[in-house]
Amino acid sequence: MEFERRDAPFVTPSGSVPDMMREVLYALIPAGLAYVWYFGPGFILNLLIAAAFCAAGEAAMQSLRGRSVEAALSDYSAMVTAALLAFALPALTPWWVTATAALFAIVVAKHLYGGLGFNIFNPAMAGYVVVLIAFPLHMNLWTAPRMGDIDYHYLTFYETARYTLTGALPDYLAFDAISRATPLDAIQSGLRNLRTFDELRSYPLLGDFGGRGWEWIGNFTAIGGAWLVLRKIVRWQIPFGVLAGLLIPAGVMYFFDSATHASPGFHLFSGGTILCAFFIATDPVSAATSNRGRLIYGLGIGFLIYAIRRWGSYADGVAFAVLLMNMAVPAIDYLTKPPIVGHPRKRRETR
Amino acid sequence: MSEGAPTYDLGKLHGGLRLPAEKQASTSRPILIAPVPAQLVLPLVQHVGQAAEPVVGIGERVLRGQLVADTHGSLGAPVHASSSGRVAAVEPWPVARRHGQTAPCIVIECDGLDQAIDTTEILVDYRELDPVSLRQKILQGGIVGLGGAVFPTAQKLMQAATLPLEYLILNGVECEPYISCDDMLMREYAADVVGGAQVLMHALELPKCLVVVESDKPAAIAALAHALGDIQDPRVTLKQVPTIYPSGGEDQLVQLVTNREVPSGGLPSDVGCVVQNVGTAAAVQNWIARGEPLISRVTTVTGDGVASPLNVLVRLGTTVAEIVALAGGYTERAQQLVIGGPMTGKSVTTDLVPVVKATNCVLVLSELPAVGDERPCIRCGECAEVCPVQLLPQQIYWHARADNERKLREFGLTDCIECGCCDLVCPSHIPLTADFRRAKARMRELADEKARARRARERFEHRNQRLQDERDKRDSELAARKDAARNAGPDAIAEILDRARHRGESDKDEDS
Ligand code: SF4
Ligand code: SF4
Repeated sequence: MEFERRDAPFVTPSGSVPDMMREVLYALIPAGLAYVWYFGPGFILNLLIAAAFCAAGEAAMQSLRGRSVEAALSDYSAMVTAALLAFALPALTPWWVTATAALFAIVVAKHLYGGLGFNIFNPAMAGYVVVLIAFPLHMNLWTAPRMGDIDYHYLTFYETARYTLTGALPDYLAFDAISRATPLDAIQSGLRNLRTFDELRSYPLLGDFGGRGWEWIGNFTAIGGAWLVLRKIVRWQIPFGVLAGLLIPAGVMYFFDSATHASPGFHLFSGGTILCAFFIATDPVSAATSNRGRLIYGLGIGFLIYAIRRWGSYADGVAFAVLLMNMAVPAIDYLTKPPIVGHPRKRRETR
Repeated sequence: MSEGAPTYDLGKLHGGLRLPAEKQASTSRPILIAPVPAQLVLPLVQHVGQAAEPVVGIGERVLRGQLVADTHGSLGAPVHASSSGRVAAVEPWPVARRHGQTAPCIVIECDGLDQAIDTTEILVDYRELDPVSLRQKILQGGIVGLGGAVFPTAQKLMQAATLPLEYLILNGVECEPYISCDDMLMREYAADVVGGAQVLMHALELPKCLVVVESDKPAAIAALAHALGDIQDPRVTLKQVPTIYPSGGEDQLVQLVTNREVPSGGLPSDVGCVVQNVGTAAAVQNWIARGEPLISRVTTVTGDGVASPLNVLVRLGTTVAEIVALAGGYTERAQQLVIGGPMTGKSVTTDLVPVVKATNCVLVLSELPAVGDERPCIRCGECAEVCPVQLLPQQIYWHARADNERKLREFGLTDCIECGCCDLVCPSHIPLTADFRRAKARMRELADEKARARRARERFEHRNQRLQDERDKRDSELAARKDAARNAGPDAIAEILDRARHRGESDKDEDS
């Protein structure tokens, strides 16, 4: 009998990149539902627009680079980028802001650096930071989370879509009537205006431990995140590092001076902390590769988030923290190279 | 004893994988003794090292156990006839090798009599031999490592003997899926295994022996415990290890049971250990106690491509097709023929390849692994997580594709044991192991080329130097002569003239 010749091993690998990416998308579903519940249908529109432009950007770049469009689209990595962008953007965002972020993420941050696997920066965060700097007005238009306040107007799907596509609010509504500072904004400016954290706590914007509404989105995000860790799609080092890097300095500062510092619980359940820990910082391409390196990488991101929230000019520092640590990855990888079995240990070498 | 034997802490080993064992099918029946085939095909190289030289002529009648190809000195391993018959040819034949498809083989037409050579002269009590002659004796048995590495056993012993040693480790850790020949051998030939251990200990004057078996082989453990009870040798202990791939790798096993790391580029003997496969030990015992050299082995025939998987005791030189027939033949789904296990085996295109000393398993699979669905590396680090040598396969792979030899060395390509773990977990389906194998081969080639170039250059420089030296010598002689003439003072000239004159006079004298 005649047979074909192949290379060992003769076992088909268990996982695949598309499977991984799909599971990440599934894990984002609870968070997405919570987001829609608290901030209205804008999230869905943002998601659809981001997905369309990410896919278009990916297809265009792949064919420009003479590579298979189908292969790239079928790995779902562009969809993960789109989903993360949709979470980062306010529910009310004009379509062209979303489109700019999506195209920058895919075309510049991903493909101009060489495509999947070669990009130094987390594409979603790069896209987000570009629109944050370019269109600060639109990026600050956060609405109040749905908490059953009677005097507050919640936009319908039609009104949301109309705003997203044309930029026009219903005639009877003004921007000011629906926009609200985010909890992080309120706390940062409140503390800088010499209010105490306890005073600020009584703000209607704040909930039991974090921002009102935000804390629940955080909880639902954590469910998906925990599932990814259990499934070993995400290893624990990065999420743990991010949370520890943020909560340890926050806890220490709060312990010594609880009047002028936000509590660690507030840091944990506000802004993008949990999303960052489980879904953003864990993008393997732009993260450190060894376990030790990942812990350091996570700790760095966590600490930078704290530093930016505390001393920076932006209310949340997730995107900047991630991008800054992306730059440190080559150095971290170099310094945390594991010792090869059978080679003399580093310590002995330097002795 | 089997109950109380300690299991080791897997934490000593980095990475590894828990793979489905797939051994049930082939261990449900006892070892089948394969009949003598009509023809034997014996490759001259069945080991790592130099080819053996045929010592029989075409048409010559040979007996079972007779030497048919011998080695030079102590390198390599001799080959013996697995049954009696007539030498039909010495010719190239398809074999299972990673590089090249055929190799020179001695072909023997069997006469079916299976007549053995007289062993009375070779049989001696090994305890009366000193270690050096015992090692020499083992060399003559043609025995090689039967775990797959096929390093000549005697050579390994001789190398190890130069170092201070502590442990003989008998490797009964058969961690690769599907393969069960060692398991069955331990169950049915436990006495030979422990007997072989004693011979090997004597050959190296070793004080301690660990027989290491995975805890998922209770039948083998029980059989060994029984055999050890019979010999009552306090030096030999039975040990269990948890099942994880690739803990049966030589260096990995040493690390697991002694917590010593075999240095990069070194051997277990560098840390006081000698590792021998249990099958090798049984082969040593068979040679020393019964005078039968390595002419047969236990081979697993399995996979979903054969009808009824089993283990066979088969004469070396029998074709794979014949033992597949013993396992009920191929099923309709048979697609791929692998010699060895699913992780480290070699795929072959024909079943006419012979069973050789290295053939621990014949695996017939119904599925062809997909090729070409490779995606870019996403730096997930899974490969590094499972690598037993703690390499960074994702980095090595970059450098391998870029052909960056310096980086490849720095990242430890040469330490890669080609276990295939990284391949199996890579979500991008990058054929890492195959890439590494190729990169290693290229590196070896490069080193060879460099050595050849260096030798050529040395020869060239040597020749130039010689020519230059000759030229220099001639020049300096000439210069010396010229100098002598130039420096010659009036006295000297007078002397020369004087001498000429005298010569003239004496000429005249002679004339007269
Ligand atoms: S094949 Fe080599 S690099 Fe891959 S896991 Fe095994 S030893 Fe490590
Ligand atoms: S497992 Fe594959 S994709 Fe992941 S880092 Fe290793 S080579 Fe890259």
